[in-house]
Amino acid sequence: MTIERDARLREVQCWGEFFRFTIDAPALGRAARPGQFVMVKVSDSAFPLLRRPLGIHDANEGGIELFFKVAGQGTELLSRKKPGDRLDILGPLGQGFTVSAAPKGQTAYLVGGGRGIAPLYFLARELARAGARPVVFYGGRCLADIPLRSRFEETGLEFSCSTDDGSFGFAGFVTDLAARELAREKPAVVYACGPDPMMKALAAITAKHRVAAEFSLESVMGCGIGACWGCVHRIRNESGDGWVKICEEGPVFPGERILWP
Amino acid sequence: MAVTSRGVDLAADLGFLKLRNPVLTASGTFGYGLEFEPYMDLGKLGGIVVKGLYYGPREGNPPPRLVETASGLINAIGLQGVGVEAFAAKVLPKLRHLDTAVIVNVCGADDDEYAAVVEFLDRQDGIAAYELNISCPNVKKEGACPALSPRTTFDLVKRIKAASRRPLITKLSPNVTSIVEIAQAAEEAGTDAVALVNTFLAMAVDLETRRPKLGNMYGGLSGPAIKPIALRMVHQVASRLKVPVVGMGGIMTGTDALEFLVAGASAVEVGTANFVDPDAAVRVVAEMERWCDAHGVAAVRDIVGTLETS
Repeated sequence: MTIERDARLREVQCWGEFFRFTIDAPALGRAARPGQFVMVKVSDSAFPLLRRPLGIHDANEGGIELFFKVAGQGTELLSRKKPGDRLDILGPLGQGFTVSAAPKGQTAYLVGGGRGIAPLYFLARELARAGARPVVFYGGRCLADIPLRSRFEETGLEFSCSTDDGSFGFAGFVTDLAARELAREKPAVVYACGPDPMMKALAAITAKHRVAAEFSLESVMGCGIGACWGCVHRIRNESGDGWVKICEEGPVFPGERILWP
Repeated sequence: MAVTSRGVDLAADLGFLKLRNPVLTASGTFGYGLEFEPYMDLGKLGGIVVKGLYYGPREGNPPPRLVETASGLINAIGLQGVGVEAFAAKVLPKLRHLDTAVIVNVCGADDDEYAAVVEFLDRQDGIAAYELNISCPNVKKEGACPALSPRTTFDLVKRIKAASRRPLITKLSPNVTSIVEIAQAAEEAGTDAVALVNTFLAMAVDLETRRPKLGNMYGGLSGPAIKPIALRMVHQVASRLKVPVVGMGGIMTGTDALEFLVAGASAVEVGTANFVDPDAAVRVVAEMERWCDAHGVAAVRDIVGTLETS
């Protein structure tokens, strides 16, 4: 955990409202694990005040990549940054995916909805590196919602898309696509990140098939380091259930511990 | 004394408590302190005010608990916390080793619970003072809390002051008609200092859904948006009270903190800034020192209450 105040934006790729940043930040890159996140300062002024939490899209010795969708004033300001600009990034933060849940030779399903695909690219590459077989399902409302498809294709990993409006790939929700594949073959584990309704539906499907699952939860965050208690979700503990900080114990939780609203 | 190499004496004096420098961390924005250890040397702070403690663990409010507004943040956490026993067993042993003042923010659903918290904490070592939290806007309906009336403020402060073996800093609410009247009630009841301001009762509306943006509907506004009002209240109270004032409200920089000192605060608390930069409080100390150095101020406490009004 570090505050990298002199990270440099190296490269920007843009697809409408979606952006991919390649950032020079070696300390962050070396420390990052799949499923962890960073808190990025979007402005040096008092408005917007808070950093924005973003999942780590990829990491290596040189730095990290972020993939995000413009969703409000904070991400809109961030999207205006240009290559060469300085970035102030706090991280890596939180508990990521359990990569070892898919042992060597075993299959893992990775299910991403919209901008929720962000951490699954890093995870898929780590799983492949560890000798597991990641299979990625990437869904969006329409073709414009799934801009990373060519990036996944380049990796040579098994990968299929869905769109709610049928404009590309499987016509329907990505959860329906994942359910169809789960009925055909039961993987060692399912990893997911996306909107709450998508993950809630997927949690019901994985529970029905008795497959281990991990979900990366999203929330507005104040600090990202467990100090403000602002980003809670209902989570089961040994002592019952309660409001648990997503930034500290999460953002990734085992499916059986998450109580969906 | 805390004389630095550059010659600025940063020490602050609350009378009952000497601080390395005037910068404390505001309760509720600094967890239990240890969360910030990876980012700073906690020994560089004047002190830590830990998150409010009830006697037992407390569940807090349903999310969403935070909403960002123009230059500010509305929170409705609802004082979720571990309770005094877990605090004493797991947190305090680690805080005790730090070379900084540890101040515990004390909460209660009623006067008896405040008394029980203080009675329990009085038996623990390593606490410099209590900050009596009579002003959280997020735990009762529509922000109700003891700090909204001089009578309830007086009664509670009197009872806890008599029960406690440690100095008492009473944290006031800004959601009142006359902050001076409430501060005077706390002083008459024997508080050793007052801290102000807690957050401003506020709300945010989602126009599309026509629903409140917070799970609790109302919350407390903090951050730079409230600084001018906090500064005015600190000045009003410091001008009329004999006990020292701990000032807070939207402090982001060393100059913000110094403005509170000039307005009459003997020490300050840095709050929401801790969320933006985990090392904000030590940066505020360094910036205060630099300003004093550049302006020929030998001791930072010399500027307390030096507002020119003529």
